[in-house]
Amino acid sequence: MNKRFGACGARLRAALRLLGLPLLLALQALVPAAVAGERITVAAASDLKFALDEIVADFRRAHPEGTVDVVYGSSGKFATQIRQGGPFDLYFSADIAYPRALEAEGLALGPTRPYALGRIVLWSRSRDASALRLQDLADPAIGRIAIANPRHAPYGKRAEEALRAAGVWEAVQPRLVQGENIAQTAQFVQTGNATVGIIALSLALNPALAAQGGHHLIDAALHAPLAQGFILTRKAEGKVLAAAFADYIGTEAARAVLRRYGFELPADD
Amino acid sequence: MPSLTSADWSAVWLTFKLATVSTVILLLVGTPIAWWLARTRSKWKGVVGAVVALPLVLPPTVIGFYLLVAMGPEGPVGRLTTALGIGLLPFSFAGLVVGSVIYSLPFVVQPVHNAFEAIGRRPLEVAATLRAGPWDSFFTVALPLARPGFVTATILGFAHTVGEFGVVLMIGGNIPDSTRVVSVAIYDHVEALEYAEAHWLSAGMLAFSFLVLLALYGRRRQAGGGLG
Repeated sequence: MNKRFGACGARLRAALRLLGLPLLLALQALVPAAVAGERITVAAASDLKFALDEIVADFRRAHPEGTVDVVYGSSGKFATQIRQGGPFDLYFSADIAYPRALEAEGLALGPTRPYALGRIVLWSRSRDASALRLQDLADPAIGRIAIANPRHAPYGKRAEEALRAAGVWEAVQPRLVQGENIAQTAQFVQTGNATVGIIALSLALNPALAAQGGHHLIDAALHAPLAQGFILTRKAEGKVLAAAFADYIGTEAARAVLRRYGFELPADD
Repeated sequence: MPSLTSADWSAVWLTFKLATVSTVILLLVGTPIAWWLARTRSKWKGVVGAVVALPLVLPPTVIGFYLLVAMGPEGPVGRLTTALGIGLLPFSFAGLVVGSVIYSLPFVVQPVHNAFEAIGRRPLEVAATLRAGPWDSFFTVALPLARPGFVTATILGFAHTVGEFGVVLMIGGNIPDSTRVVSVAIYDHVEALEYAEAHWLSAGMLAFSFLVLLALYGRRRQAGGGLG
């Protein structure tokens, strides 16, 4: 009898050991929300990659109790995802038209706030891009030219406008390659698969890229302004941390970081 | 009513072309590999089999990333193609063919390998006693007997290449008539909020994929379970 009970106990222990890890993981998934304070998720255009990383790191030091996750991607994709109930509390778009549209559809908490003006640059790794001009791109010897997809990426639209204004749009057609977003465009140039790219100044000023080659700032008169804006989404309702982060973007500390990455700020000049 | 634009049609045609070229190359490359795998007693059999199966489990991003780096100007493949005067492969149709052949390799090798193994040694031994040379018995005995395996391999290789997305997104560069295949065109439509166009292409892909699988499973039922 005792022996049989013992065997039964051993089996139970084995079963518990087997179930232990999944059980623990399941429990852990339920707990942190209650224990670790608020958690917010920020969706941001990929031109913000390096600047926002710094801003978030500073913000985390000031708010150690909460968790801020940032996802980078293309502005258009995030707009679609937010319409379909995407779990983002804040949305930073490289084109202010996207958050404004969400605001008009009642998906925003409060008005769209402009946070920066983006600039585009010519950047290359194999050539001295600071000596390059848009007109030089017409020369087939330059090779492949990377831009972001002009159909949905804000930086791609402005790149197309600038190339058209410079009168070289037709000439570069056969050598044009399109990145899905501005970060992939920079990556095409960084791997050497494209000679030159039209990328965001904020990416070209990142230390890793800046060390690899100069850049030429494209005249802002050649394209429509890259007005960028952000919103708090409906998901952020009642979240103190989300509101605090939105306010932090307006502080001098955050603005200084944006300025250092080449963004022009709304009420700066 | 919105329907497919001419840009969409050229993406459809390009996808068809890519899948056809890739499938032909896959059959040419995959058949000797499958034959070797089915016949060899080499200790390398396990290693080669595992390498061939890798694309089944690897994320397409791994293949895309390594291809982009390897085929770039500083990569080994990029140096070779530049030296041969072909130029660089990323952002070109040829580059997509290379990517597709790697990505779909197990879908062609495995059915053919299984078909060759199912034949066994006996028919070939009989052919040998009738004085058929190894090439002769391969083409007149092994290939016809393995026919169902080749049909499955062709269907799967073609369909899997049509369904490729991640690798193309990473090495394609979205160039009309060269690298903008249907899956990428759908992605672009969705990003640009053109849902009607995305629906047309997506529904087409859905119908195509269903018909392909129906053909495959219908055939298998007729063949009595047969070869996978």
